[in-house]
Order: sequence, then C-alpha cells, then structure tokens
Amino acid sequence: MNAPIGLTGTLPGDARSRVRSADRIGDGVLYGLCMLASLLAVVTLGAIAYKVIDGASASISQFGLGFLTHSAWRPNFGIFGAGTFLYGTAVTSFAALLLAVPLGISIGLYLSMMASRRVRGVIGPLVEMLAAIPSVILGFWGILVFGPFLQAHLEPFLHRTLGFLPIFGAPSSTGSGLFNASLILTIMVVPIIASLSRDLFLAVPQELQEGATALGATRWEVLRGVVLPSAASGVAAAAFLGLGRALGEAIAVTQVIGAGDFIHVSLFQTGDTLASRIADQYQGAATPQLVASLFYLGLILMVIGLIANIAAQWIARRFDVGRVAAR
Amino acid sequence: MTDPDDPDVTPREASDPSDAALQATAELDSLSLLAEDLLDPSGPLTPSGHLRRRQMVSRLAEAAQTTAAVLAVAVLGILVYSVASRGASVLSIGFLTKDPPVLSGVAGGGIAPAIVGTALIMAVATAIAMPMGILAALFLTEFAGRWTARAIRLALDLLNGLPTIVVGLFVFGLLVVGHHQSGFAGSVALAIIMLPLIARATQEVLTLVPAGLREAADALGVCHWRTVLGVVLPTARGGILTATVLAVARAAGETAPLIFVCSIFSNTTSLNLFGQALPNIPVYIFNASEAAERYGFARAWGAAFVLLAFILLASLGGRALGRRATLSR
Repeated sequence: MNAPIGLTGTLPGDARSRVRSADRIGDGVLYGLCMLASLLAVVTLGAIAYKVIDGASASISQFGLGFLTHSAWRPNFGIFGAGTFLYGTAVTSFAALLLAVPLGISIGLYLSMMASRRVRGVIGPLVEMLAAIPSVILGFWGILVFGPFLQAHLEPFLHRTLGFLPIFGAPSSTGSGLFNASLILTIMVVPIIASLSRDLFLAVPQELQEGATALGATRWEVLRGVVLPSAASGVAAAAFLGLGRALGEAIAVTQVIGAGDFIHVSLFQTGDTLASRIADQYQGAATPQLVASLFYLGLILMVIGLIANIAAQWIARRFDVGRVAAR
Repeated sequence: MTDPDDPDVTPREASDPSDAALQATAELDSLSLLAEDLLDPSGPLTPSGHLRRRQMVSRLAEAAQTTAAVLAVAVLGILVYSVASRGASVLSIGFLTKDPPVLSGVAGGGIAPAIVGTALIMAVATAIAMPMGILAALFLTEFAGRWTARAIRLALDLLNGLPTIVVGLFVFGLLVVGHHQSGFAGSVALAIIMLPLIARATQEVLTLVPAGLREAADALGVCHWRTVLGVVLPTARGGILTATVLAVARAAGETAPLIFVCSIFSNTTSLNLFGQALPNIPVYIFNASEAAERYGFARAWGAAFVLLAFILLASLGGRALGRRATLSR
C-alpha cells in the first residue's frame, strides 16, 4: 500500500515490471479467492440438496410418494409415513402466522408511524432482541413456565368459552401440544415480521401520507389506505419469511409439542412437525431405514422451506428482503 | 376512504343558517347552552356522527398497535426474567468452573465443559465463516456482474432461509456417517449458518464505502487488490466486525445443527476438536429439558442464563459497535 505504488514511474525498468507483475498476480489471487468463496456458498447449497436427497434415497424408493400421506411412524416395525408431521407442521405454522402477521404488522406500524424517534430507538432493538433468544431457551421456558400456565389458565378458558369449536378441546394434561408450539412459534416469528414491516413502512413516501391527511383522512385511514397498500407486497414477503422460519423450527417445537404420533383435531393435544420429529429421533437414529426416513422428512422440509423463501424473494422483487432477513 | 357526503361537522350541517339564527334569537331563554353551542356558526368545530366514529376507529387502531408493541416487549421481559431469576440461583464461580456430576439426580456441579466446548466450536466456526463471508461479499461488490451477483445473493439468502435442522442433517451425512460425531463437524454446521449472515451484512457495509476513497486510490494508480486491502476493507472494518459479532450471537444458540453432529458427549472438559463430540451449552440445555429431572433443570436454567447473557450482550454490543461505525463514517 505504501511507497512503491505512487513511485512506479520513477523506478528502473525491471523493478517496475516486478511491481506490475506482483500487482497482476495480487489482483488475480484476490479475484480467485473471492470467486471461490462465492462459489462455495452456491456449492454448499447444491451439496446440501444432494446430500439430503442421497440420504433419503433408500426411503424414497421404498415408500415413494405414499410417504407423504401415510400417517403411521413406527420405527420398530419399519413403518414410516410423514402424514402426521405434515399435518402438525401445517397447523402450527398456520396458527403461528395467523397470530404473528397482525401482531407483527401492528408493531411495525407502531414503530414506524406512532413512536417518537427516541421510543423507536428503544423498542425497535428490544423487539429484535426477541428474535435473538435461542430457540432451545425459548423451548425450555415453554416446557417449564409457559406450558403449565397454558394448562392451568388459558386452555381451560378457551375450552369454556370457545369449546364448541373442535380445535379447542379438553385442556392438555401437561401443557405440551400443538397450541403451546404454535404460541412459541408466534414469539419467534413476530420479530421477523415486525422489523421487516417497520422498514417497509418507513420507506413509504411521506408526501402520500400527507396528501391523505390533507384530504381529511384520520391516522388509521392513512395507514389503511396509503401505508399498508403501498407496502403490501413487502409485508406478504415478510409473512413468507416468517412461514419459512416457523416451518423449519425444530428444537423449540420438539420441546413443547409433546411428540405425538396421531392426528388430533384439538390444538391442546400433542402432535409433531417435520422438523421436530427429525430432532426427536437424534439419538435413536439407529437403523439405516430410520435414518433414511429422517432424511426423507428433511427433504420434504427443505423443499417447503425453499418454496417459502423463493416465494418471499419473488413477491418482493423490488425490495431486498434477504438483506433484512440476514440481520 | 373519505366520503364527500359525510355530515362531518355539526355547525355546517345544522339545517338552514338563517333558520338557526332566528331560532337562536327567538328562543334564547328556552334553549340549553349546549344547543346554542351546537347551532352557533362561529363556534369551535367539534366532530360528531360519522367523523366521531372514524376518529374512534383510528384511536382504537392506534391503541391496538401500542398494545402489540407493549406485548412484544412484555414477552421479552417475562422471558429474560424467568431465565434470570431461575438461573441466578444456581449461578456461582463453581458453576462456571466445575464439571457436571457424573450421576444424574444429583444437585450441584457446573457446566465448565459445555462453556469450553461452545467457545471452541464457535471459534473454529467463526474462523471458517468470517473469511469466507468477507471474500464472498467482496466478490459481490467488487467483481461480480449484475446477474452473477444476483445469483450468488439468492444462493446466500436461500442458505440463510434453510431450516437449520436440514443443515444438521447435511453435515451428519457429510462428516458423521461412517466416522463419528466431532466438535469440528459442529463447527462446520455452524459455519454454514454464519456464512450467509456475515456475507450479506458485509456486502451491505462494503456498498457504503464512499466512492471517493476508491476513486482517490484509482487516481494514484493503486492496483485493485491493494485498494481492497488498504482502503475498502479498513474503511468497512467496523461494519464487518458488527456483522461477525451478530452472526456469532445467532450461531452460539443454535441447537438444531448440532444435535446430529455434536451431541453425544461425556461431561468432561476436552479440547479434542476432531476426535469426539464436544460438550456445548445448547445441546446441554436440550438434553436436560428432554431428561426431565429436577437438578438437571436447575443446571439447565443456569446454562440458559449464561448463554442468554452472552447472546444479548453480544448482540447489544454488536449493534452499538455498528452504530458507532456508521456515525464515524
């Protein structure tokens, strides 16, 4: 960086060419290293896809697509099917999004439109900190603190008031189950949607909002009529990113969902998701058949997760969602 | 959104003004003060009817938004309080320096092996992911054309969005099947989690390096690699450090990638990265939560406290660092 560069013009001929060739080599080396590192990211993605498919191949050839609908999972009898887990994944992710999308958008609106700059500077990082809490701690809390609370208070209450809906059946005995898992997932997804939608709302042009205000719109009408519509695609992308997170969460869900083997309509019963079943079986992964079937579950999970993420990227082509997601 | 026919403001809508004036003068005594206020055309404009309803809706919506924000902060508070109050009761110097008891169902002991293991695994993961992430970010900003950059960014984003348990399965298939679990396999798995985080955030910082600096270097005839090493990277140093610290904070708590590749360990301190699975805090907490045993729970709360304190401090510190780096630019 120092002396030789500026002075190349005054150096003798061979020294000059030496510096030049060093520069050329340096440029080449830097380019090569950078390209290799970037390629590594692409190759890793490809290798993950390959390895997961490869690991699942034995199970794929044995069970085929019937694996998706078959709902029994009995490793001791060599019977494997993902039906129960697909159901559990769908229910918990859907319930989590149902709660997290309105909550996340509300927090995003609060932070971007209502809170003063100083309040935003405090609450914003706190909400993001919620996303930083490790899932294993969230799940541990879910078993020992949140579960008993649900079982003693919230579940009986919902059963009493909304018990005519089959999803609010008799309260669970331990607090573990689909309901607990959905709420834990909600806690994990809300900060993602909140911080993404805050950034989206802050990017809505001020003139549009002022125009609506000048026409006599109330603050809520400005939000509903101007801010939300112009950020709608980004918010949808945020919801898909949240969905990807909820689908793929393994540890916290394993801890609180109760590892049930059957499909129950009531949310208060146990169940299992694709990711949580994989995580359950980590030490029992003994027979090759079981391992292959776990990889098959992983393959399904990977495909759904990739679809959710690609959907998010595609919906928000104008807005770089990955930038915020990687924060 | 706004209905032009809305009878929004009362004085204007009050039937005919001349009529109102007549009434007001003729029946001044019999009218209540309120009615007079309503009919006075020069009085203050107070909302009524439809406008009042719209304002009510607006206020309700704002209250709901505030409630949502308060709820999120409250959940964070409850979580941190739960962990802190239960963790603090087992926390001591001994907890940080002793091994866990050999037998389960016994009180006391510590989590020293898990702390050492997590530190080692994270150090190696960072040593892999940081240079790779920075180089990939450099490629994105310095070399790649528009379409190449887009493709690599997409690959990084998809890698970031991949369920972490799938990364665990991948490393299990790559390094563990046919061999055995090891701390190194755990490091590789966590490095895959960290790579997209570091690369994307670093790329973000690199694009913020003022073009003037680069042009100044170009004008001096400085070749590309020297510009990168001497101008671009030093300018972005703060941001890159922030990106790394935040990625470490994220990866340190990851359990899913580890349970297949680094979970069956003995509870003694070990620095053998390749030979065996290293004890680590996340899997320790996970095992304790699955084992459902009273003293194991107590130790797990302590471990959760240590892990959470590290992660929250690291992410706070990383953010503060990032803010300072941004300000100084």
